[in-house]
Amino acid sequence: MSLSVSLGQYSVANEFVHIPGGEFRSVIPEGEDDNLVAVADFLMQEAPVTNAEFMRFVLHHPEWQRSRAVSLFVDDQYLSTWAGSIYLGSELGPQQPVTQVSWFAAAAYCEWQDARLPSWYEWEYVAAANDSMADARELPGWRQHILSWYSQAGGHRIGDVRSRPSNYYHIFDAHGLVWEWVDDFNSFLVSGDNREQGGADELQFCGAGAISMEEKENYAVLMRVAMLSALEARYTTRNLGFRCARQGEISQ
Amino acid sequence: MRWRTTITITALATGLVACQPQPVGTVSGQARQADTGGSAAGDFGPPQGDPVQAVLTSAPDVPPPVDRDYPAKVIVDMEVRELDMEISEGVTYTFWTFGGTVPGSFIRIRQGDTVEFHLKNHPDSKMPHNIDLHAVTGPGGGATSSFTAPGHEAVFSFKALNHGLFVYHCATAPVGMHVANGMYGLILVEPPEGLPPVDKEFYVMQGEFYTVGKYREKGHQPFDMQKAIEENATYVLFNGSEGAMVGENAIKANVGDSVRLFVGNGGPNLVSSFHVIGEIFDKAFYEGGTRYQENVQTTLIPAGGSAMTEFRLEVPGTFIIVDHSIFRAFNKGALGMLKVDGEDNLSVYSGKEVDNVYLGDKVMAEDLSIVSDVTQAELTGSATKEQRISAGRVLYNGTCSVCHQQNGEGLEGVFPPLANSDYLLADTRRAIEIVLNGLAGPVTVNDSPFNSVMPPMSQLNDDEIANILTFTLNNWGNEGDVVSPAEVAEIRAATERPQGAAE
Repeated sequence: MSLSVSLGQYSVANEFVHIPGGEFRSVIPEGEDDNLVAVADFLMQEAPVTNAEFMRFVLHHPEWQRSRAVSLFVDDQYLSTWAGSIYLGSELGPQQPVTQVSWFAAAAYCEWQDARLPSWYEWEYVAAANDSMADARELPGWRQHILSWYSQAGGHRIGDVRSRPSNYYHIFDAHGLVWEWVDDFNSFLVSGDNREQGGADELQFCGAGAISMEEKENYAVLMRVAMLSALEARYTTRNLGFRCARQGEISQ
Repeated sequence: MRWRTTITITALATGLVACQPQPVGTVSGQARQADTGGSAAGDFGPPQGDPVQAVLTSAPDVPPPVDRDYPAKVIVDMEVRELDMEISEGVTYTFWTFGGTVPGSFIRIRQGDTVEFHLKNHPDSKMPHNIDLHAVTGPGGGATSSFTAPGHEAVFSFKALNHGLFVYHCATAPVGMHVANGMYGLILVEPPEGLPPVDKEFYVMQGEFYTVGKYREKGHQPFDMQKAIEENATYVLFNGSEGAMVGENAIKANVGDSVRLFVGNGGPNLVSSFHVIGEIFDKAFYEGGTRYQENVQTTLIPAGGSAMTEFRLEVPGTFIIVDHSIFRAFNKGALGMLKVDGEDNLSVYSGKEVDNVYLGDKVMAEDLSIVSDVTQAELTGSATKEQRISAGRVLYNGTCSVCHQQNGEGLEGVFPPLANSDYLLADTRRAIEIVLNGLAGPVTVNDSPFNSVMPPMSQLNDDEIANILTFTLNNWGNEGDVVSPAEVAEIRAATERPQGAAE
């Protein structure tokens, strides 16, 4: 098997950045009373995993190449944007986020990196920031910036990672590039019809008194929850990628 | 069997109202009217015959009548697409659509049919989508069973137990945004005996849109959640865009035709006061249900509801379709046209049409493309004086000519002339201020005194005012300046609007 790609041209450093833990108000309440959630210190990759990084993975783990991946773990659109099993093609850039990857494939990649997928709370915590504040969700500009991504139809070419400034946590592309898998995406017991009222022991993203439409800053996040709850673990979509996370402090 | 026969006869009777002295639905104080039995009487058993592929149409077209007398399995293939399309001349918006159009495709089935619904979400979509059809008896109207990620398909089945004209829409969180982006349409469930034949049937659906920019502000406009919550609509439109039923896109019929309108209101918020100027609905099936009222001028259509109206055309002309909550028609775009060809009937209507005077400050010009061409050119710095004058002429005729007349001569003693006007040509800045802020009190123009009130026209945007003034200053023999949108914007910011005027 000859490698039809020269790895040297692809930059694959995707640093794990230290995220200091804290408490924040989540759209998904943990308990009945308040929606304050505690997030412990953890490490998160600064950018979504790119085509180049994922290419390295499938070269080391051929069982995850498109031609060989087990259909239990991926659907028939897995890596469909790549020109070949181990070949990106001229249409795709190495620095674009990898998409058309299933949760299983993303989890396998992270395991290869001695890492894991972030949890929903970790993702939401980091994504609440803008470039200067840890929690910018009250700012009208933050909201409109998020919504402007939804205001463009999805057929356009996805940009490269790190094209826009990082946020307060030095994380790139939390918004505006691709949706991202989280480890516990399946734990939302969310009905496909968001008008239903659930029981007290169900996590309802628009029930339990935690969310009302006045909390406009959570609006963009609600759409993300809706997106994740439409997925199954083997699904892939054109606008869905991922990044990895690790436990604890960075060791210097 | 006898029960069903009774229903059939009653239902037929409602269609023969002209022969009946007591039409169904009017208050009579007599014995209770028979009803059609509702859902309990709507199950005609398992589907028979081969499965039928539903014919889906885009507004304003309607699929042909069902023409079947037994329940069948009907397969509906509906694709969801998120598309950038024009909402108004020079203004684009990202619509989320059923079938690639706003409103979504029209579905036509028969009471008792079993629908196998295939909802496909295009792989380019960013959002998951589902569908709630008001014709469905079942949780979420189908929404719980049709939640579909991009690049996937969901299938569910339902039996249409009730006849009527029903709205369908997406019900994915946040529902308001999905509806506000255009995810609605109509499904007609015909009564078992079908609807009485008419010459023309049309599909019209109202909906409002909330954009960050103002009405007709050019460029790509994002959705504005705050305005949607406040129910402060930027556009109120028929069939998804301002030009959808105007000019070349007007719906057409002939003198003598019987017309049936299937009218929906997708909302998300506003109720419609639906009216056809110059026509009376012989029958208005209020709320899209079984009964009708007769001789109706304006019928209320709830958000998430529908109405069916029937009328006959006796005279030719252009009949304007509006939401009679009238600022929506003239300032937000809730306006369509029905063009009727044929012989005059002077005993019914003797007058001639005069479009631009009646319609006040609404531009009825067929071709507004010249206006957006100028705006585009402005963005690249290449807008020419000639372009501005041409665009300004179209806008002037729709707005200013009402008072100042098309020939620019005004009305003696009442409205000052603009043609060869010393007052106008002396001071361009003052002219811009007057258009923005109005003018009251005595002025002398060409040695004639005037003492009237010009209302502020600040609801026009900077582009429009720049074009109108450039036209005014350079037409009818005037030789004046070019006015740019930047100048108008500067004066708009530097001066105050009178109380009550638009910003």
